[in-house]
Parts: sequence; C-alpha cells; structure tokens
Amino acid sequence: MPPPRTRGTALRQRLAELRGPEVPAKALDARALAALAANPGCRRRALLDGAGVDKTALAGALGSPSAFGQSQFAFMRGNAFEARVKADGGAELLRLVHERLDPSAEPPSGAAVPDLAAIGPEGRAARTALALREAAESGGWALLDHPMLALDVAGSPAFLEPDAVVVHPDGRWTVVEIKSFPMLDGSADPAKVGAAARQSAVYVLALEEVAARLEPVPEVHHRVLLVCPKDFSNLPTAAAVDVRKQRAVTRRQLTRLTRIEEIADSLPEGTCFAPDLPREQLAEAVQSLPATYAPECLAACELAFHCRSHAREEGEVTSLGRSARAELGGLTTVEDVLAAAHGRAGDPEDPAVAALRRAADLRAEALATAAARREGAACP
Amino acid sequence: MSLISTLARLEAISTGRAQPVATVRHRHLSERPLVLVPLTTAGEAGAPLGALVGTDRDAPRLLVVPQPRDRDLRFAFLAELADIVLPYVDSYADVVEAAERSETDPETGKRVKVEVDLCADAPQLIVPSRSGIDFVRLLGRSMRFRRTAEQEPEAPHPAPPRVPLLGRWLTHFGERARVPGSSLLLALTDLLTRHWATGQSGVEDQHLGALLAWIDPPGDESGDTAARRAELARDADGQLLCPPAGPATDPAFDNKLLAPAIERYDRARAALAAAEDGLQADDRLGDLTAAERGIRGLVESRTRPTWDAVWRGLDLLRELPEGAHAADRWTRDRWSFTGHRDRIIAGEPPQPRRDDAVTAANKLATREREQARLDAQEALDDPLVMAGRRLAGEAFAGEVTDVVMAYSEGKRPSPRPLVTVHTEDRPHLGERTKVYRSLGGKPQAAEFVGYDGPEGGDLLVLRIVDKMGRGKEPEQGSVPEKGDLVCFTLFEHDQRAGAKLPDPDDTPWTHGGPPGDPEAVPLPEQPDPVTEEDVL
Repeated sequence: MPPPRTRGTALRQRLAELRGPEVPAKALDARALAALAANPGCRRRALLDGAGVDKTALAGALGSPSAFGQSQFAFMRGNAFEARVKADGGAELLRLVHERLDPSAEPPSGAAVPDLAAIGPEGRAARTALALREAAESGGWALLDHPMLALDVAGSPAFLEPDAVVVHPDGRWTVVEIKSFPMLDGSADPAKVGAAARQSAVYVLALEEVAARLEPVPEVHHRVLLVCPKDFSNLPTAAAVDVRKQRAVTRRQLTRLTRIEEIADSLPEGTCFAPDLPREQLAEAVQSLPATYAPECLAACELAFHCRSHAREEGEVTSLGRSARAELGGLTTVEDVLAAAHGRAGDPEDPAVAALRRAADLRAEALATAAARREGAACP
Repeated sequence: MSLISTLARLEAISTGRAQPVATVRHRHLSERPLVLVPLTTAGEAGAPLGALVGTDRDAPRLLVVPQPRDRDLRFAFLAELADIVLPYVDSYADVVEAAERSETDPETGKRVKVEVDLCADAPQLIVPSRSGIDFVRLLGRSMRFRRTAEQEPEAPHPAPPRVPLLGRWLTHFGERARVPGSSLLLALTDLLTRHWATGQSGVEDQHLGALLAWIDPPGDESGDTAARRAELARDADGQLLCPPAGPATDPAFDNKLLAPAIERYDRARAALAAAEDGLQADDRLGDLTAAERGIRGLVESRTRPTWDAVWRGLDLLRELPEGAHAADRWTRDRWSFTGHRDRIIAGEPPQPRRDDAVTAANKLATREREQARLDAQEALDDPLVMAGRRLAGEAFAGEVTDVVMAYSEGKRPSPRPLVTVHTEDRPHLGERTKVYRSLGGKPQAAEFVGYDGPEGGDLLVLRIVDKMGRGKEPEQGSVPEKGDLVCFTLFEHDQRAGAKLPDPDDTPWTHGGPPGDPEAVPLPEQPDPVTEEDVL
C-alpha cells in the first residue's frame, strides 16, 4: 500500500530540505541499494541514501574523501565485453539464456529487440514497462537492452538500469548481469559473484513491481544469468545464479527503509547536508545521525573514512571488527576494556570481565616466559 | 580472533604500536628468498603490467609490459620472468640428500622403506600480500597449458620455450600455499599479521604499508597516524604516496599517469610501423624507446616502495628466533618441492584444470591434517600461543604438588603414577580424557582421573600412561616430580594419518564413482583457445 499522498509529499519535502536548496537528489543505483544489506543498522547511511544526498561530495566536504574510483582500463574492457555479448541483436546472449536457464524452450532466433529510447528516466521506465507488456503478449523471445526500472524506495522512485532483461517464450522474465571479471575453469571470485548477485536481486525486485501491474502476472525468474569472460579470452560464458536469498534480504531492507521518516524527524530543525556548507556545520549535522561503523563499510560506503576516524576518536572497539565487539560483552570502548582487563575497573563477577582478566594475566605470563627464555639463550 | 589477540589489538591502539601475538617466528625463512612484486592491468585477467623480482634486495630486476594487451609483449615478459625464476628454482633441484620414505610395495601390498633423494633445501617465493598469491596462481594457470613451437610447430602464437614450465612451477607454489603452515610461497602481510597485532582491523591489515607503519612506525610517530598516512596520503597530483602493494594499481595512477604513457607508446609504435625510410625509422625508434622508458619508470615508481617494504618486513621477522617445529614443516615443503621436481623430470603432464575426485579428497585431507599439526606445533613452540589454548580450555599449566606411585593390574604390572597438578586454568576435562605433555620433544600421554577436592577445583589428578620405559620402575626423568612446572594439552601433538581413503577403483558414487577404463589414456589438457579478440 502506498502511503497517503500528503504524507509522501511531506516526506519528500523534508528530504529535499535535508539535501539543501537547489541540490538535486542523487539517484539510488542498484549498487547503493544492494550495499544497504551490508550494514542495515546504520541510520546515517539509511537517511543520507534515502534523501539522495551525494555522499561522495559530502565526504569530500568533510575532509575525508572516499577512495572509490574506476580505472579507465577496467571501464573500457567492461564496455567492450558488454558490446561483444550484445552484438548481433544479442544472439550470443540469448543463446546463453536458452542454454543455461531454459533449454526446453524453442531455440531463440530472431528475437525482438524493442527500442527503449525515451526522454528522461520516467519516460524510459514507462517505455520499458510497455515493451515488457508487448513482449509478454507476443509470446516469443525478446531482449531488452538497458531497460529502465523504477523501484519505490521510501516514498520516492529510484531508477535502475540492468544490463539486460530477457523475456522467455513462456512469458517469464530473466535479469541478465554482464560483468568483466573472468570465470576461470568454471568458477569466479566468490566475493565478486556475491556483489553481482546482490545487485541483480534489486533488479529482480524492481521487475516484480512491473510484473505485478500486468494481468496475468508474469513470473520473474529468481535465477539470474551472470555473463563473464571465459578464462583468459573475452568470449562470453555464463552461469545461472540463484538470488532468492539476496532478494529476501533486500526486500526486508527496503521495507525497513521507510523508517527514514522517523530518522528525519529525530534530526534537529534546520539540519542540512549541502556540500557547500562550512565543514564544522556539516560535521555536526552528520554527527546528529548515529552511525554503526564496522570495517566492512570501507568497501561499500563513501563516508566510511569519516565514520572510521570518528569511531577511532571515540575508542569504539567495533573499529577492529564486529567479532571483537561480540567477544567483549557490554564493554564497547578501548579504555573500558583495558581498564577491566588490568583490574582498574569492572565487576570481577561479570563473566566478560573475568575472561578478560584471565586473558590479560595469561598474556603477561607468556610474554614474561618468552623474555626469560630469550635472556637465558643470550647468556647461558 | 581469540580474546588474547583482541586484547593485543586493543593494547596496540592504546600504545600506538603493534603488539606481539607470537614470541617466536612460526615460519621458516629461506636465506635467499625470491621476492616477487607483480602489478596487473585493471579489468584484464592475467595481463601483467610489470614486476620487480629477484633475490638481491639492492638489485631487483624490473620487468615491464609496455602494452599489456599485446600478446607478444606479454609473452616476452613471461619469458623474462621464466629466465629469472627457473634458474632460481633449478639451483635447489640439484642439491639432494638421501632420505627414506615408506611406500606401498605393489606386489606384496606392504609398507616398505625406500631410499630416495630429498632436496637439501627448497626455493621460497615471497609476495607482498595475499592477492599476490592469487596472482601467482593465475599466472601459473595462464601459462601451464600453453604450447611451445617445439610441441606444436603449426599452431599460431607459440609460447616461448620455458613459459609452460614456469606455469607448472607457479601452479605448484600456488597450490602448496593452500597447505597450512607451508612456506614455499608466502605473503608478507600474512607473515606479519601472524606475529603482530595492530590497532586496526584485519581488512586494513591487508595494506602492507599500513601494517608496517603499525609494527615499525617512523620516529616517535604513533602507528595509527603513520598507518593512515600510508593508506590515504596523496601528493599534489592526487597520487598515493605509498602505492598499493598490488597486484592491483590505484585507479588514479591508471587514469592520470599510466593511460597517457601507454597511449604515447601506442602512437610511437604506430608511427614506427608507418616509417618510410631508414632515417625516419631511426628517429621514430628513438621515440618508441623513450615512450617505453617512460612506462618502465612508472612501473618502477609503483613497485619499488613495495619491494623495499617487503625486505624491511623480512628483516623484522628475522629478528624473531625460529620456532622449534618450523624446520619440521619446512622439511615437508622440501618433500613437496622434490615431488614436483620428480614429476617434471618424469615427463608428467601439467596439473589438470580440475582435480579428479581422488586427488581433491587427498588434498583436502592433507590440508586438514596440516592445519591440526600447525595448531599443535605453534602452541608447543610458543608460550603466547599456548596461552590462547589455555584460555580456551584446551591446555593447562601448573605445578606438580604430589606424585603417588601406582601400577597397572595385569600379569606384568607397569608403572602408572598418579600426579596431582595445581593449576589456575579451567580445562574442559571429562573422565579419562587423554592429555599430553612434551617430554624431550616426544608426547607423553596421561589420563585425567579426577579432582583432588571439589569438582572443577584447581587440583587435577592425572595418571601417566606411557613413555616410562619397559621396566617395573619408570625411567629417570620420565615422571614429573613434586615442584615441577608442567603443561599438558588436550590436543594431540602429532597428527596421525586420517582414515585411509578408498582405492580409486572404489571411489563412491558421491564423488563421481570409479574412474572408467584404467587403461584408457586420459586426454591431455588442451591449451586455451586463442581468440583474435584477446588483443582489443
């Protein structure tokens, strides 16, 4: 159920104020949406992403610029590979879809490749929806090259552009993701495959929204086709990847995202994240949003360096990793843990404190033993 | 991460310096390691950009591929690499000592001792980081199926003669690196993090510059400040002051410096090809050489800091005394090296793309066994590692407070003395749990009898069950005496070989079933097809 219009408008208004006057909203791309799953508890990230704040610019203005960048070699290679996969009306791509996902269907020949050009993301999204409907009615293979999908995120539409969507003769839809990392002897880097799966899951969700508006509702395949270069060549090979788990996680995150209204309400009046504001003011605004920094953020979030230095200043133990915090019970700062370990503070009855003291004693004993041993070796 | 190493990390934060998590060096370091600092081209699989390589820290060899997409230049690079790595490997292959190995006699099926050669020492490859190990594996895979002109005179684009051999060796190094505790191919970041805990997370420890900054910060600076500078500081052109250890390069370097230099090289090469007479060609050759020198300079500027860092890290590690069991594991590495040498001499084909079920099961079993062996040996060698096991309840140390002589029941009573140990540790002991202590390098077993006093108290009664000699009275020194400090472990010190795997002919269906006709010669692995599009 969409929220009542007035509430949605009010929220949109509020988010625009947070972004700052005249600052356009940065579209949420699939990568950003998928990264939400990496750190769902972070209110800072949730609100800034939900409000469409340009986090790269914000991080730069805060003096902790993000380090994400793409080498032009990788970029060129990726584009060349994608062009190759889609050459000849996508014949090779369709062959792979047929072979890996739908071998019982008729072989694809002369698939429809509808023209999706239109003005603006809304126009392209509408054009895509129309093309999908037509393809479903015509009952043959169809390839949609760079379709545009709209996904409702916290009351405002996010526009997503998968590499391709294929319509099968039986009316099912499949998301195709083309990546330029190699599949070597049939296996690829699991971390990269995982990232691709999370990204594709967002496309599947968006496609399901389009499908829900059709009658009868077409099925969106929960297995996506991941196309990669084979071994050391740039010949394409493909594998079906089941994204049900990623889809469930992302869906849950998206429903939780509606909380950004609450988060926005908790901010002091006049808070604004426009990157041209003075640094102190921005730092204060960002500080009013609680973050849950963990080292994993470094790979996913533009603000990570800012959050990291803050976590360090505060002496938070999570800056060493989530597992460290899990071990230390209720003790969350470096100072507290060390004070407890060396007997300066803490309740010795608390099992976490008792374990820490024992660990500190054992460590000191072992280091003393080793030092004595080395001394003994030095002067026999 | 155990609580003890978490504590070490927290202490590193508060002191501003990395803290030890080991008191001895747990890996063997060769006297003459071969250091390899490779760089790769972003977005391309197995397209090296260059490398610094060598055994002399003051004179590394710089290898560069000025246009990484050009297959011929890539082959030239690999041939040069082979000319450095293979002589280094060969220098260890010829020096052998006699050793014994037990083998199954094919006729009688019994285990018999056979005299064989064992290489007296083995080569050791050091790369800066874990992704360097992956890159060695990738290079090995990209080369070992190549065919040389001698093997296939007809095929286009033959590989230079020694390149497939280098591929087989790098594959072997890469595979061996998966075995816990092995030292044929080591990543320096792994070595350093094994011995020191920094005040940052494991993810950040993968950055060699930041890791070294914590362990050995310059001057009085805190490790944290130095590490952040190594990680993030850029010069006026936006280039990182401490280039990443690779093989991946910084995108800002690719876009701002490398891409224009490669473009210049391509232009100079095209101009040279279009030259109309000798004089013009000479001029343009000069341009080409200058362009190539430019790229060489760039590659050297990004690899040299890492090269120096690797040697500095090795210096730091050499300050630690080598753990007692590291030599034993190095001997296994020597066996592994000798075995591969023999397979190559015997003319066996390169390692297959995918292992068959029997090989894969054997490899997994080996890795599990070696992991258990490594865990036990590191604890025995290092009181700090043992402290972690004691905290986890897997070992205990204390003072002997009482020894009562007792004997087994039976025709020939043997000594079974009861030893009471006072310990602060809380081991997970059940009735008759076996515990072990090291007696002159050999494990001596005991059984837990019970607590002297309240259940879960600090007085443990153990019954020593072996290593006391054959006589009625235990041999001198084989039973602890009152007042001795002892350390018992709940884990075994030596790993028995696991359950024997079934014969290949009895491979269960879950693993693909028995192989087909044993007489059938398996098809040799085909080289990767060469496509024109390899060169974009």
